[in-house]
Amino acid sequence: MIQETVGSAKAPGATNSGRLPKINPVFFVLAALLVAITLSNPNFVEPTGYMNFLKRAAPLAILAAGQIYVIVSGGFDLSVGSVITLTVVGSSMLLNNNADATWWVIPVMYAVGLAVGVVNALVVSYLRVPSLIATLGMMITLNGAAFMWSSGSPRGYLPDTFRFFGRVNIQGIPLIQFLPVALLVLVVVGLCLFWLMHRTNLGRLLHAIGDNPRAAQMSGVPLERVRIIAFVVSSLSAVTAGILLGGFAGVSTDVGVGYELQAITACVIGGAQLLGGRGSVPASIAGALTLTAIFTLLNFIGLPKPVRDVVQGVILIVAVVLATYRRNRAGRT
Amino acid sequence: MNTATLTKRPAWRMERYAPALLLAAALAIYIAIALGLGLTRFLTPEAAVSILNRSIALGITAVGQTFAILVGSIDLSVAHLISASAVVSSAIMNGDPAMMVPAVLAVLLMGAVVGTLNGLMITKLEVNPLIATLGMALIIQGCLASFHGRFGGSVPDAFQYFAYGEVIGLPVSLIVLVLLVLAAWAVLRFTRFGSNIYSVGGNRDTARAAGIKTTRVVMASHIICSLCASLAGLYLASRLKSGSPWIGTEGAYDLESIAVVVIGGTILSGGKGGIWGTVAGVIIFSLIDSIFNLAGVDAFAKQVMRGIIIVAAVAFYAVRSKRIVA
Repeated sequence: MIQETVGSAKAPGATNSGRLPKINPVFFVLAALLVAITLSNPNFVEPTGYMNFLKRAAPLAILAAGQIYVIVSGGFDLSVGSVITLTVVGSSMLLNNNADATWWVIPVMYAVGLAVGVVNALVVSYLRVPSLIATLGMMITLNGAAFMWSSGSPRGYLPDTFRFFGRVNIQGIPLIQFLPVALLVLVVVGLCLFWLMHRTNLGRLLHAIGDNPRAAQMSGVPLERVRIIAFVVSSLSAVTAGILLGGFAGVSTDVGVGYELQAITACVIGGAQLLGGRGSVPASIAGALTLTAIFTLLNFIGLPKPVRDVVQGVILIVAVVLATYRRNRAGRT
Repeated sequence: MNTATLTKRPAWRMERYAPALLLAAALAIYIAIALGLGLTRFLTPEAAVSILNRSIALGITAVGQTFAILVGSIDLSVAHLISASAVVSSAIMNGDPAMMVPAVLAVLLMGAVVGTLNGLMITKLEVNPLIATLGMALIIQGCLASFHGRFGGSVPDAFQYFAYGEVIGLPVSLIVLVLLVLAAWAVLRFTRFGSNIYSVGGNRDTARAAGIKTTRVVMASHIICSLCASLAGLYLASRLKSGSPWIGTEGAYDLESIAVVVIGGTILSGGKGGIWGTVAGVIIFSLIDSIFNLAGVDAFAKQVMRGIIIVAAVAFYAVRSKRIVA
């Protein structure tokens, strides 16, 4: 296990005082990409252009903002993709084409997400199964459960009351013309998670158990409780992302496939350190936007899907190499 | 620290036999169900061979994965490498028996290159192994998908001997797997390289301080892992007559091979475990499949139980450890 000893123990603001504020490079990369997109497609600066971009990026951004909690605490959550699938499939089964049922179906889905997060955390904390395996098992189980529930072929559609969050744009707002509800959800969730991670004691405890779990435990951090919160935040954000995705697309058993890796990629692009101790919510959201921006750009240039995979792979590796390089230069032992 | 490990010795000893206990339990359930349902024809030696024969590809991959995990690394690129190997081999052979040897060499070379790249990223660029091999997986997948239209072909009948041939009543592929396992065991047990793997996996910094060339050990382990994945790809091409770019991912060989290694008692952070645990893990997996088939469990319920069993099996020996995991 890699243990960061210097640097991460300081308060986030401490290194910045008296010098120019240190800005995470992901924001520059994102800005550069947005400029590149604008150059290749001038329509992007129109509200329809960038609003649709943000709307499309919202589920991944929410997912990344939740995933960073688990990553900072030193684990992985591979089950988020299957939680998305279960949310979409489960909602369509529970709703059963009945628009009036939305008000209780969404809380039920959040309850399922809560349960998944708690189980993940309990398995990691008390059964001492590494989170990679624990959440992998959860992923396989939940995908199977989604198949079982829908007998392999999900039926029906999601009523408009449910699709409200992912689909509807609030019209007639000055300056930006319209505002997608999905973006509103992203802003609210993003601000809540930002506050929880960077402005409360919980955020500090999360960093502590990710940085050095033994030291954190000895200084009295309630390891299990903090870990439960981390996994629950991740699962709940996955349910939120699932509700949004259910609004965009139809019902299928593979809506969530691949999202767990994209969320981890987004966090890594945002400078998070795998195995814990370092990471930030805004940077992860920026990472998710960057990833979506890259895909959008490749799409505009007209590159096919396989090239996207190669590019995602290369970006993933380059992001980590750069992060390591920066840390080494900053004087890690 | 030292005294702590000494006093904990008996507990660790018990954990050493956990995979064997799990295997015995799986075997007992299998036999009980077969007897209970009166299906005694599933208890013959032929049935045992056919159970083993079902998990050759997983077994070959898992042997390689054991090396990667033991050295404290992990390889998520094996599934895509398996697909790539199967596709490339059938494309090169294209039904021509004369091209068999070049195709096999080309595929193994490809495996060696992928392993070397993985190793270089992990050691020289200090990329987290999960990310490095995940990136590699995406790159292989992309290359495979963009060239797939031009790849066709099938393997010649002679090459199918690898998957379907028999020697003294035993499948050739099973013999290959057994030889591979024995070779891996010998390397880990009797060679300096083998003990270096354990030292590097246990604590890379200490190993380096003790004069072990850790970079080389990690690189070699990754090359072995990738070569095994290539071999698994060749086997699948031989069994299915032609390679498809989904072979590896459909079998989920990346995650399954890791699960099998971990169920076999090799710990994810490296340095502890061995090849026999992996063998037990592979057999447990194929026994579970056979048990589900015998009991006629619905395919989706099977998947649910599979997920639970993976976690439960790892928990079975992990629960007693005092380590803090994340």
